[in-house]
Amino acid sequence: MEFYLSALVLGLCLACMALGIFISMKIFNIPDITTDGSFTLGAVITAMLITHHQNVWIAIPAVLCSGALAGMITAWIHTKLRIDALLAGILNMTALYSINLVLLGRSNVPFIGVKTIFKWLSPVSSATSDMIPAFVIVAILIALLSYLFRTDFGIAVRATGNSPSMAKSLGINNDKMKVIGLGIANALTALSGYLVAQYQGFTDINMGIGIVITGLGTVLIGDTLIKWLKITSISKQLLMIPIGSIVFQMVLAVTLSMGVDPNLLKLVTALFVLAIVYIPNLKLKQK
Amino acid sequence: MIKIEQVTKKFNAGTANEVVALKGVNLQINAGEYVVLIGTNGSGKSTLLNTIAGAEFVDSGKVSIDSTDVTKLPDYKRSRWLARVMQNPLAGTAPDLSILDNFRLAALRTKSKGLKIGTDAAFKSEVKERIAHLGMGLENKLEQNMGTLSGGQRQALTIVMSAMDDPKIILLDEPTAALDPQSAETVMQLVEQIRAEFGVTVILVTHNMRHAHKFGNRLVLMHKGNVQKDLNAAQKAALSVNDIFDWF
Repeated sequence: MEFYLSALVLGLCLACMALGIFISMKIFNIPDITTDGSFTLGAVITAMLITHHQNVWIAIPAVLCSGALAGMITAWIHTKLRIDALLAGILNMTALYSINLVLLGRSNVPFIGVKTIFKWLSPVSSATSDMIPAFVIVAILIALLSYLFRTDFGIAVRATGNSPSMAKSLGINNDKMKVIGLGIANALTALSGYLVAQYQGFTDINMGIGIVITGLGTVLIGDTLIKWLKITSISKQLLMIPIGSIVFQMVLAVTLSMGVDPNLLKLVTALFVLAIVYIPNLKLKQK
Repeated sequence: MIKIEQVTKKFNAGTANEVVALKGVNLQINAGEYVVLIGTNGSGKSTLLNTIAGAEFVDSGKVSIDSTDVTKLPDYKRSRWLARVMQNPLAGTAPDLSILDNFRLAALRTKSKGLKIGTDAAFKSEVKERIAHLGMGLENKLEQNMGTLSGGQRQALTIVMSAMDDPKIILLDEPTAALDPQSAETVMQLVEQIRAEFGVTVILVTHNMRHAHKFGNRLVLMHKGNVQKDLNAAQKAALSVNDIFDWF
């Protein structure tokens, strides 16, 4: 039971990143893989602040800003220097590895004797005290994003990804929108790093490696649900992302509980994502 | 309203594939005119339209709209004056956004898109009323995604959208080329209605000689990157469809 509960909490923590990937991939149609770097960046900033006795809540705006900056740099390289978005993301992700290492000072920083947000409700870790902070943060994010995407600005953001030619002719600066959009996406990714680092109790320089695949898999599960249930409202679409994230983590938890070597976790993740991508194709072919 | 002075434009300059699209074009279009732009493929008519829209920047010369020099202004900033309807009937609308959201953006073409929800009841009923005029039964499907509609319906809605926010100039680049005759007729009649209602300036690029004959009060023939013929309303009225065909 404990095992599945921790998968649930991890699913919620990673849902923030998946929301970011949903924004970059589904709303902006940009394959942004800055994620690996900005996720770790969020965790690094968290470690720097809370191991120096800063309040965990104060760390949130700092983490969001650092992620936003990382995303905006990728978007700037893509839009101003006219570099392919995928390459811009890879370049930034690679550069961030060094930056993260310099900021963190060493490859691993444990949070010993630190009051993380998961210890806020009760000093002794329990299922509810773990779940509530992550749940509250995800709920606030969904509420904020679903409002944002229904405003005039939000409609303009969605038009940029969906029909750039139309957006331009209606006075929307697509480049500016992409900078803002990838900024928001990576701010959310960094927030995910903030949560995961505190949940596992340490920041590790390698914790972001391959995390983009988890995000992609989650968004694909969410997207499958959106298509199945024929959801058109943006608020309900956003809601499917944390559900996708929890499903994803549950599947991994089940795999591990069946006795699969934890060293093979990334392989299992990659194969699982491959299956999610491939199965809808299979159905189409049969038709 | 629109002034084009000595405008030149080359594509692939300096290579073997160099194409001179515009060779020092001069054209002045006055407010309220309905200019029909015709010419063979490669005559420069679409390039001319794109230089007005800002989709292409000119190599030399000057473009001004409403006495403002817009030569270096990017396309999204020219939306203050211009509404555009493109040849691809799917390009003027966003498929994964609802009809209502598409109209909301069109209503803000010249304004900033702020952080408030603008698709309220009042706005909904305004859109409903405008769409009802089309007689396509779309007024009760405002929440439906634009992508579920046909090309003809989407092009018709694009034209209605162009009149949502203080239209001054509408640029139409072969708006009916991809449509069936019935939808083409609807689209052309909508342009007439908007002209009558708002007195907008219209520039229409077309290969349809029947449309070129029937619509507009000025006819401009482009040839090899320059204006070859420029007929006013009276001269145009004296032409038959076959006269126009004979120019080609």
